[in-house]
Amino acid sequence: MQKYSIFSLIRNAIDYHTGWERAWRSPQPQPEYDVVIVGGGGHGLAAAYYLAKEHGITRVAVLERGWIGGGNTGRNTTIIRANYLQDESTALYGHALKLWDGLSQELNYNVMYSRRGVLTLAHTEHELKEFSRRHHANRLNGVALEFLTPAQCQAFCPILNISPASRYPVLGGSLQREAGTARHDAVAWGYARAADARGVDIVQNCEVTGFRIANGRIEGVETSLGYIRARKVACVAAGHSSVLAAMAGLRLPIESHPLQALVSEPVKPVLHTVTMSNAVHVYVSQSDKGELVVGAGIDAFNSYAQRGALRIIEEQAAALVELYPIFSRLRMMRSWAGIVDICPDASPLITKTPVGGLYFNCGWGTGGFKATPGSGHVFAHTIAEDEPHPIAAPFRLDRFASGALIDENLAAAVAH
Amino acid sequence: MTRSFRTGEGGRIDRSKPIGFTFDGKTYAGFAGDTLASALLANGVRLVARSFKYHRPRGIFSAGAEEPNALVRVGDGARALPNTRATQVELYEGLAAYSQNNWPSLRFDAGAAANLFSRLLPAGFYYKTFMRPKRMWQWYERRIRRAAGMGRAPDAPDPDLYDKRHAHCDVLIVGGGPAGLSAALAAGQTGARVILADEQSEFGGTLLGETGKLGGASAADWAADAVAELSAMPEVRLLPRATVFGYYDHNHLGIAERVADHLPAPTAGTPRQRLWKVRAKQVVLAAGSHERPLVFADNDRPGIMLAGAARSYLNRYGVRAGSRVLIFTNNDSAYPLAVDLAAAGGDVAAVVDLRPAASQHPAAWRMDELKIEVLRGYAVAGTKGRLRLKSATVMALNADGNEVAGGAREIACDAIAMSGGWSPAVHLFSQSRGALEYDEVLAAFVPGRAVQATRSAGACNGSFDLHRCFLEGFDAGKAAAADAGFTAEDEQRPLPAATQAKPGPVRMINPVPSIRPVGQGPKHFVDFQNDVTAADIGLAAREGYASVEHTKRYTTTGMGTDQGKTSSLNALGLLADQLALAIPDVGATTFRPPYTPVTFGALAGRDIGELYAPLRRTPMQRWHEDAGAAFEDVGQWKRPFYYPRRSETKEQAVRREVLAVRNSVGILDASTLGKIDIKGPDAAALLDWIYTNDWARLGVGRCRYGVMCREDGMVLDDGVTARLGEEHFLMHTTSGNAERVSAWLEEWLQTEWPAMRARCTVVTEHYATVAVAGPNARRLLAALAAGIDLGIDMGNAAFPHMSVREGVVAGIPARVFRVSYTGELSYEINVKARHGLTLWRALLTAGERFGVMPFGTEAMHVLRAEKGYIMVGQETDGTVTPLDLGMERAISTRKDFLGKRSLSRADMTKPDRKQLVGLLTEDPDDVLPEGAHIVAEQPGKPPLQAQGHVTSSYYSPTLGRSIALALLRGGRGQLGRQVFVPREDCGSSAATVVDPAFYDPKGVRLHG
Amino acid sequence: MLRIPCPFCGPRDESEFAYGGEAHIARPENSWTLSDGDWADYVFMRTNPKGRHAERWRHSHGCGRWFNALRDTATHEIVATYRIGEPTPTGRR
Repeated sequence: MQKYSIFSLIRNAIDYHTGWERAWRSPQPQPEYDVVIVGGGGHGLAAAYYLAKEHGITRVAVLERGWIGGGNTGRNTTIIRANYLQDESTALYGHALKLWDGLSQELNYNVMYSRRGVLTLAHTEHELKEFSRRHHANRLNGVALEFLTPAQCQAFCPILNISPASRYPVLGGSLQREAGTARHDAVAWGYARAADARGVDIVQNCEVTGFRIANGRIEGVETSLGYIRARKVACVAAGHSSVLAAMAGLRLPIESHPLQALVSEPVKPVLHTVTMSNAVHVYVSQSDKGELVVGAGIDAFNSYAQRGALRIIEEQAAALVELYPIFSRLRMMRSWAGIVDICPDASPLITKTPVGGLYFNCGWGTGGFKATPGSGHVFAHTIAEDEPHPIAAPFRLDRFASGALIDENLAAAVAH
Repeated sequence: MTRSFRTGEGGRIDRSKPIGFTFDGKTYAGFAGDTLASALLANGVRLVARSFKYHRPRGIFSAGAEEPNALVRVGDGARALPNTRATQVELYEGLAAYSQNNWPSLRFDAGAAANLFSRLLPAGFYYKTFMRPKRMWQWYERRIRRAAGMGRAPDAPDPDLYDKRHAHCDVLIVGGGPAGLSAALAAGQTGARVILADEQSEFGGTLLGETGKLGGASAADWAADAVAELSAMPEVRLLPRATVFGYYDHNHLGIAERVADHLPAPTAGTPRQRLWKVRAKQVVLAAGSHERPLVFADNDRPGIMLAGAARSYLNRYGVRAGSRVLIFTNNDSAYPLAVDLAAAGGDVAAVVDLRPAASQHPAAWRMDELKIEVLRGYAVAGTKGRLRLKSATVMALNADGNEVAGGAREIACDAIAMSGGWSPAVHLFSQSRGALEYDEVLAAFVPGRAVQATRSAGACNGSFDLHRCFLEGFDAGKAAAADAGFTAEDEQRPLPAATQAKPGPVRMINPVPSIRPVGQGPKHFVDFQNDVTAADIGLAAREGYASVEHTKRYTTTGMGTDQGKTSSLNALGLLADQLALAIPDVGATTFRPPYTPVTFGALAGRDIGELYAPLRRTPMQRWHEDAGAAFEDVGQWKRPFYYPRRSETKEQAVRREVLAVRNSVGILDASTLGKIDIKGPDAAALLDWIYTNDWARLGVGRCRYGVMCREDGMVLDDGVTARLGEEHFLMHTTSGNAERVSAWLEEWLQTEWPAMRARCTVVTEHYATVAVAGPNARRLLAALAAGIDLGIDMGNAAFPHMSVREGVVAGIPARVFRVSYTGELSYEINVKARHGLTLWRALLTAGERFGVMPFGTEAMHVLRAEKGYIMVGQETDGTVTPLDLGMERAISTRKDFLGKRSLSRADMTKPDRKQLVGLLTEDPDDVLPEGAHIVAEQPGKPPLQAQGHVTSSYYSPTLGRSIALALLRGGRGQLGRQVFVPREDCGSSAATVVDPAFYDPKGVRLHG
Repeated sequence: MLRIPCPFCGPRDESEFAYGGEAHIARPENSWTLSDGDWADYVFMRTNPKGRHAERWRHSHGCGRWFNALRDTATHEIVATYRIGEPTPTGRR
């Protein structure tokens, strides 16, 4: 793998940048692989990378229907945090947070993990109590959260409206300083480049159209580029999980919804952290380019259309202006939607299935981006060992039969 | 004194109305009808902006919404509008505009140093560096952030108003140019309800800049006549200054109307902007087209603009783009500019046409006559001039068009008007999910199959010729009206005869070659706003970012505020060449709303401040406010939290209120409690399904506490339900849950048990409810009640705990429930909402001798916690079953109910489930924080295994010590055990696990 | 925003409606006979198809009635709406 650094940049500048190699190859698929990963988003590419790196499995293909990182990886609001409620979640997202730190160096690709802090706002007594619970839960797990008074919230984020005359005044904030954002596209590209360097085939424009299953075991996948044999198949296709599951004769506890997000025109730095609010439902940060990156709730109905209604955007804008009155005269520049797969307990599935050698990683709802390295890491283990990684074990499919749900609805009430 | 570029006459400006304005503090003059851009050009101002990345000097590039360069701040302070396109700002007296993204000044910008290092800053350079040392990214990032961004956000809240309107129409027409006006005339005469929206202040579109005559009249006069005719049609609504920005599902479209942006400030009471949300039966898109630049070396110097824009400035605003204009084109459309410039006495340096063959356009035939040199098969290979263009280097092209050859000729010019062909504005069509098709002749994407009820007409349909614009527009308007059910009885076709001109071929040479190879010399800009060059696209393709979306994201092309209106096709062409593919095989990116950026204020409308969310008030709200209550938000309600007296702290007030209830009597405004009236022969059967306990045998006049579960077995809500008659119940829900529970009941009744004869009505706001609680409650009520035997003498038998009576209280017909959430003797009095305040006041007056005290929700919480009563949402969080709460006795074994099957799943019956218990701290003054977690052993370092958490915790004034409720693993098996609660300060509190009922566990007081 | 034809009131904006998820999931008659897995299938598992989806809506800010809709989740086209208890229409086309 060609090394990226300031020195290689200077060297290549001399040659007018004609010497840069492809970041990843564009191979035709082989007839057979040890592992086929369906879905070339961040989670799938990360799983491929860790399969190669940690488990020595390099006969791996990542099959992507369109272009890598084109699903929710390239459509989210790039927030990274780990302040969840249940121990199982804290372990999973905490694991991810550890991997984010140092990911740029590991991949030799700057994913711009920016520890600018995530400030979650409380507007009701009930939310304050919820914060207290979350703080204590996280402290037991060694995750540091700080409680801020309204005045401290404003000191941390001076443009925040903390007027007691608001409809839902800010009563406090929960700050996770090591949380922040990362450059979403770079995460997909960085993992793709690093996985490719370890021999993984990344095949774009290759749609999986069916599975071959015999005697309860997976044998391979039918694709738009022909049949590919595989000892193991791992589906990581957020937004299409139920469709893939149906091809294998499985049903998932998932409903797919549009989640819209938007960016403003770029302005000079004015918001230096990430803020989230539930009662005044919006989450917002400012990208390094200067755009405000804004998200909020889902459209209520099932959809695979990557489009939603204007009224959702209007509600986001109202919440944005309510919290940040000086943003009123800025403009929405672009809006879009992703498809989020939502589980009833707002926790993901990282799981084996009743079909031998077939694995699913899905159901991340509105907040999968932050888990990307952790998800890929534990999923790779699950695939390689045919046994869940200890951190992934609670996120199995049969929790819905046993009732051992990991309910994060309370904590995930602020979607993203 | 810079010379004026204003022509002697002509244009649609009003030369009798001069307007003064400033740019970067310097005063200039323009005319009514000018845009900021035309006025700046007229004053000879060429340099208006610095580019995003390299801080290169930039000038005005276009005359409309596609402008990538001329972004300025308009206004100051709270009314500042950053990133505003000068090409769309209508001039008004006193307008103050400022350049952006430069320091210390526009002319001498330190940021331009980036241009010197630009070789180190190819596309995506930041992905390759700033990685070491690891902790330094934060430092690099701060610097990158400071360099990025463009304008500054205002520094104070927006003083202006924004408004919204919903509208329905039969035909919505987008764009008021030749096609749109024709469509409106056709649809309007059928009597259909028509909305015609155009982003400009004046209807007419390109007609306003046409010099040719239409049937004897000027093009602009025809437009004015058409507008007059449309104005006279009662069902036609004309919306100027209104940009249709979004095309959503089921023909729902968003329009941003700029009501007052052309004024110094909105007049009092009127909004600055208005958001229209239009549901149209049919849509006609007549949105026009955008001219593309040519991608040649140093094509970004101030003075280089689109040819169509130069023509528009000349004919519409009476402004010459320069004193000596070079025209550079790859198609026919630029020739009329040469003719018009010559007619206006301008100096055309030459027409450089990339095509070797002579143009067949009528305007091209006049070049000899006008003595304008035409260089066919030539290219502009470079330009000179730092802050404004000084000259162009023109060279001959080889036959393949991929190299320049022969001698270089330096042509002095202060403007280049370029045309790289035209792209139909298919944005809205694409947003509507319509498929795009590539047209080889036009070298552009045109609308293909429509999915929604929409039609495209005129230039946005790829029909650039005026004659076809009129015809297509008219036909589209007529057909749209017909599809909406309207036809004209006596059709008029008021269309002018326009000359027909076949569009000549477009020669796509992308990039235009220069002496040095692309990427090794001067820059060939593709996306002007984001400083993306042809070399950047090439690099992206070489590195494998070859999907069009990857290229876009890697280079940021098309991601500026102009969203690639002028750049996307050129970028696509460059990428296609790199990949040796045809453009349609590379594919286009999907267009997303908005077409042009929309102000957040307009999207938010009036839904901010106190109107952010509905506020629900009880009939006694005013009294609470006057009494100085502190409030807490509970759903949409604001409930009295406590009533502080003078200098009381919250703790003191709550203590006083609690003790009043325990020792005498208190009253609580409980009107927010959800109330659902349930009637019908199967009402009891319905309750049996909804609640976990049995309802069939509840006697009339009796009440019962019930818990309801979701199908997954988790507690949904709780409350007391009373049987008012054999077939009549009144259900109480928690505050704010009435709608959810009502929806739950309706869902089951309507979808699963339609045969069940029961009707549910939410009556929460029909009644005001006052809870009277305390040992003196009966005596207080007795002073006011008539017709209710309170059992003063007889004891409880007449009106026992958990029963309901009807009678008169304080002269008001009332329903009185003897129920208690405080553990005291307690009555909840329901009266018609309008009598609520009267009742409240009467209770206070009559209660004076008992020292009656109003109490708020916090005292209520303390009182119920002392009793170990749960609160849904506090002791439950969607993961708690009735069994976890110790409610085995409320789980019927005789029937099925919603959620019952879930309660026997493997995980539900595990002994180590979290169960409700009480906690008593070792130190009675130690109040545990709510939400604190519980561990089994004296805690060490994290991670610690949580055994549960504190759900409610208070200082109990009644018991004179702290109390807490908690959910604890295997809690009920641990009564008497010691547990530990780690505290914020790293210490911990020891506590003993006890039964949750701290006070009067036998309930003696309830029945007292 | 969708335009939803309420079978009782006629076409109305989506903002008047509440979404109710997949339709035609009958509550099992005798839940006691089901395994945990079969019960979970009823409570949690959903078809979630890409394409035609029979689903429930309630005209909550209108007549308050629940009804079913056949809607395409890939295009948002509403093929038909029909009353509770009626069979799923096969749809036009």
